[in-house]
Formats: sequence, C-alpha cells, structure tokens
Amino acid sequence: MFSPRIIPVLLHRNGGLVKSVKFKNYTYIGDPINAVRIFNDSFADEIIILDIEASKKNSVIDLKLVKEVGEEANMPFSVGGGIRTLQQIYERLQNGAEKVILNTAALQNIAFVKEAVENFGSSTITVCVDIKKNLLGKYYVYSHKDGKSANSHYLDYINQIENAGAGQIILQSVDNDGVMKGYDMQLYENVSKEINVPLVALGGAGEIQDIEKLWKQSFVNSFAAGSLFVYYGKMKGVLINYPKIDKYEFRKKFRK
Amino acid sequence: MDNQTVIINYGMGNIFSVRKVIERLGFSCKISSSYEDIQKAGRIILPGVGHFGKVMQNLQEAHLIETLQEAVQVKKIPVLGICLGMQLMAAHSEEGDVAGLGWFDANVIKFRINNPSIYKVPHMGWNTLTHEQPDSPTLKNLNIEEGFYFVHSYHIVPNHATDILSHTSYEYLFVSALEKENITGVQFHPEKSHRAGEQLIKNFLKK
Repeated sequence: MFSPRIIPVLLHRNGGLVKSVKFKNYTYIGDPINAVRIFNDSFADEIIILDIEASKKNSVIDLKLVKEVGEEANMPFSVGGGIRTLQQIYERLQNGAEKVILNTAALQNIAFVKEAVENFGSSTITVCVDIKKNLLGKYYVYSHKDGKSANSHYLDYINQIENAGAGQIILQSVDNDGVMKGYDMQLYENVSKEINVPLVALGGAGEIQDIEKLWKQSFVNSFAAGSLFVYYGKMKGVLINYPKIDKYEFRKKFRK
Repeated sequence: MDNQTVIINYGMGNIFSVRKVIERLGFSCKISSSYEDIQKAGRIILPGVGHFGKVMQNLQEAHLIETLQEAVQVKKIPVLGICLGMQLMAAHSEEGDVAGLGWFDANVIKFRINNPSIYKVPHMGWNTLTHEQPDSPTLKNLNIEEGFYFVHSYHIVPNHATDILSHTSYEYLFVSALEKENITGVQFHPEKSHRAGEQLIKNFLKK
C-alpha cells in the first residue's frame, strides 16, 4: 500500500539549522547531524535540507554537510541551495544525496532543468517553486534571490518544469511559511490535479491533521514541513520531533 | 579477500548509500568494475539509477556484460540488483528499447497509469510488499508492512510466475522483487529503507 511521504525540511544557515516565519525572523534550531539522527530514530520517510543563504551569496550548499548527512541518514534525503551546475549536482549525488533541488537556477534558465534531467535522470531532479499572493489575492512565483516576482505565470512555470522532465515539484507557500495554521488549500487543489509528477506541499503545516486534510482534498502526494518538526507542544518549545505514527494504520487511513 | 561483496561500479548510481549500509552491518565490500574482483567476489551487488539504455551502453563499453554473465550465469555467484540494477536483469526494456542482461525472462515497461492525477509517476515514496515466495531467505525476519522506499517510472514484467518474489500495488499490482537460484532483484531501495531495508541487505550478505 502506497503511503504519502511526510518530509521534515531543515533550513541551513551559517553552519546551523534555523526556522523562519514568512522567509524572515530566523530562530536557531540546532545542529544538522543531531537532527538527522533524531529522524533516523523515528523512521522519517525522507528529509530535505536547504541552504537558504546560498543563492543570495552566490555560493552552494556545502559538500561537507551533504557528506556528513549522507554518512548518517538511513532514509532518502534531498539537498538544495544555490545549485546551478551539472558538476555541483554530480558531487552532491556522489556524496549520498538522493535528489537535488533546483530553485533559482530553474527560474533563471528552464533549459538547465532539462539538461540536468538528461544527465542524472528524472527522479533525481526536483524543482522548488516559491509562491506568494499579491494584494489582489493572485498567486505569483517569488524569486528568493532578488526578493521579487518572476516573469511567468505560476501555472505556466509549473508546466514548464514538468515538461522539462523534473521528477518532482516542491510547491512552497511563502505567505504560510512558519505560520503553522495549515496549508494553502486553494493553491494545492488547483495545482495538484494538473500535475502528474510527485508534488510536495510545503508551508503552513502546524499539526498532522493539516496533512490529513490536504491529502483528502487534493492530489498532493507528499507533505513537507519545517515548524511541525522543530516546535513541540503548546508552548512551541524548540524540540526536533517526528510524529509517532503507526504507519500501517496511517496508510489505511490515507488510502485512496 | 575471499567472499567479499563487490558493488559494481559503472559510473552511475548512488553507490555511497549501499556501501555505507554494508559497512555498518560489519561486512566488507569493494566498489569495482575489474574482471578479477568480480570473478572472485563472494557476492555481487548491481546498484542502479539512470536510464536503462545508457547504463547498458556503459556496461558494454566497460566490458562488464561478459564479466557479469560469467560470474552470475557460470560461476553462480549470488547477485542482488537494486532498482535499475534489477531491471537490467530483464531481457528487454522499453526505456531505450534495448536488450538487458537476460537473467530473467521478463520485459521492463513504463507504468500504465489510468489516473495520473492520483498515481503520479515516478512512483516515489514508501510502499509495502506482498510475499510470493514464503520460503525465500531474502525477506526473512523483517516486517514487510514497514514498507520500502521506491522511486521508478518503469517496472518489470516477468513471463514466469515462479520468478516473482513480491508484488506491490500502485493503481495495479506490479512485480517489486524477483528471485531465482542465485539471482535476486528488488525494485525498491533497501539501502534507504530504514530497518527493513537493512535487514534485507543483511539477509543477502548472509545467504
């Protein structure tokens, strides 16, 4: 029985892990390797590690970090942050990453996605799309590197990514980042029925019920979150955790 | 060293994770594509990510096809194929429309999904198995309900039901593992599948 993936997202910044709210207001969370060990022990489905400074600084997610995570992780993990050459992809895959995540590089040149797919296979290449809402409530593609709107319409851009052969798309709601009030249902309902490659929702999940709700109401089949896994309890204390789920029961509940 | 496990290196695929699990289990292994290493191997692991046609071409250019045929078909060295490494054991694949190693009388086809909104391809994520060879040591001492990590757009279709080790469901039932004599192939990634995956690799190493 297939079960949707529940994926912790770890944000890496200046050597440590942080959590943001709406891409700002960073809180220090701890050491990345310690987090990976906790997710091993709790049998997490997969993890994502993003270097959120890399694109802005024209650097790339640290290879040493990728290797250290690779040495520890008993599950698939994806890495992103500033990746823009085939060589950078190759090195990160060789050091144990299951997938690489492209964001700015895809925005700047969609042909690079195609080139990456041709070289490393579709399942290895994930593209992350950051979405914001403007004052009129219209969605647009947000460029993290320069903090403004990208040119193409968000649905056109997502279609271009799928046509370029990416094996997975992460759709991140910037407005819901760190808010912990649930996913943007409308956004994911719209996109998920159009997209035939795995679609990962990211931004807003505060509890496991938010995941259940989106699973029931959309065709999203993978659920990522940051805050859900780093804050715990009513007081929202920093504690890295993964929902203790009886996976068999969980899968039955999530069956379609 | 005798009885060593050799992970076949053909320039693609995530060899790092396979080696890591073997070493953590306390076994030694060597990543190699040399004729001598492969012929004296105790066990062979054929990993795999990538494009079927391209990988067969890589194997051919590295003279690995004859080497593997001798080791597996003549010497009967136990072999475990993972993901594309398992698909390579088929006679033919739709991916590139080329011949495979032919160890199983089987074809590799693209997923024939009727409802692609729900059943997105690649089939990426955790899924369970149903056991078709209860006497096989490969799936012993592990809970198949824990699931394994899959990521693939193609799957194998064998012509003989006796070769099937397990099925998995993704809109329809497909063959997720095969086994006959010294040859085992799994569509999923045991090296990335936590406890159950580690146990499967351990079972193979102790075979």
